[in-house]
Amino acid sequence: MSELIIQFSQWLLTFTQGAEPWDSYARYLPRLMDGVWVTLQLVIVSGIVGFIMAIPLALMRISKSAWLWVFPYCYIFFFRGTPLLVQIFLVYYGLSQFESIRNLGWLWTEVLSQPYWCAIIAFSLNTSAYIAELFRGAIQAVPKGEVEAAQSLGISRRKQYQHIILPRAFGIILPAYGNEVILMLKGSALASTITLLDLMGATRGAIARTYMSLEFFLLAGLLYLLLTAVLIGFFRLLENWYNAHQHALNMSLDKVDPQLRDKHLEDNVR
Amino acid sequence: MVIYFWLALGSPLNWHLPVCFFGLILGLLGAAAKLSPIRALRWIATTYTTLIRGIPELLLVLIIYFGTTEILLRLFDQYIEISAFAAGVTALSIAFGAYATEVFRSALQEIPKGQRESAMAMGLNRWQTFTRILMPQLWRIAIPGLGNLFLVLLKDTALVSVIGLDDLMRQAYVAAGFTKLPFTFYLAAAFIYLLLTIIFMQVIRFLEIRANRPWQGAR
Repeated sequence: MSELIIQFSQWLLTFTQGAEPWDSYARYLPRLMDGVWVTLQLVIVSGIVGFIMAIPLALMRISKSAWLWVFPYCYIFFFRGTPLLVQIFLVYYGLSQFESIRNLGWLWTEVLSQPYWCAIIAFSLNTSAYIAELFRGAIQAVPKGEVEAAQSLGISRRKQYQHIILPRAFGIILPAYGNEVILMLKGSALASTITLLDLMGATRGAIARTYMSLEFFLLAGLLYLLLTAVLIGFFRLLENWYNAHQHALNMSLDKVDPQLRDKHLEDNVR
Repeated sequence: MVIYFWLALGSPLNWHLPVCFFGLILGLLGAAAKLSPIRALRWIATTYTTLIRGIPELLLVLIIYFGTTEILLRLFDQYIEISAFAAGVTALSIAFGAYATEVFRSALQEIPKGQRESAMAMGLNRWQTFTRILMPQLWRIAIPGLGNLFLVLLKDTALVSVIGLDDLMRQAYVAAGFTKLPFTFYLAAAFIYLLLTIIFMQVIRFLEIRANRPWQGAR
């Protein structure tokens, strides 16, 4: 992919023979593409880490014991109530205030003082708070009959969560999770404020050298729109696959497994 | 430090109120356009919401701030400086308007059709129907959605510090650079935003209760 972009930009360079503004576009296109790749990394890594962190947070949040729900409550409130920019600055600039953190050795030089990891930490913390809140709502929205059915089968509490409640809740939050990832994509533009060369940072770098602010900003906007479209498409596919049972009524009857065909389905199929 | 932040407390509100005003107007116009019988208007409104909701707010702020001067430079061939305040308010209003359009559109669709038809039967014209029949009901349905948008906007006001405006974030940045205590000052800024969020949530709850007065007895 990157080979292709570089070849394309080389071709454009020779084709235009230094004619502006195409020359500048060709020159900076590979850097913008590197930026797109960094942005994607930020979104995907923090999306996954945030998701993993969100599950225990949500489970603690729905607990009835005050000892358990107070921490996630404060956590969610803090990260949802303050701007992402403040959170990024707190991690990137704020941590250096403490002598003990600066003396952590490897952890400090390789991770906590690097803008890339700081951005990922801040985004993961932020998005996990939002996803935990989604999960909490979804766990409470799992139909009561399914939980009762599991109880009557004698399935242990742990297995109930593992095999019934959490997978079901995941299906419920999937559309909202897609929205959250897209919000994360837009939030990731803030990583450019801590000198990271994501799509936004690469764009600002190109503008600082060429003074063509409008063109490059619009180009970046177009790339962000494309990324959004790709993510929307991905989540739509994921939803069709994971929540396939909800779409059974949209299929034509002869595609449905004959064993599943009953009077109810035949009456309700569109 | 306490005095410093006491002064800073008001600065997000400086932004918030004009943006809310223009954003709500844009949102109402957008929703009206989306539901209008004229295809061109519908098309414009859909493009507007799709484009704006698909790009980061930061990018929009930068496009408005740097892009407008460049357009003016090309049109009139002279450099006209745009005040960062105007650029910030414009950009945030445009972003807020796009989200508000969707909220208002779904709220408008939720108002029973009979209301509009009976207004027509009473001989009200379109404008009167909108201001006297639809608007008061629209408000009630839209408030929960708008409330969320107000809170999002409160946090988005932090973005204008990127174009060098003297807002709460900027002051925290300056103070952190001066005292070499970044964590303290950014945390203080975070707590000011939290405090404002709590105040806003109370205001929204109050508005919601107020808008639902006619329904309170029934439930």
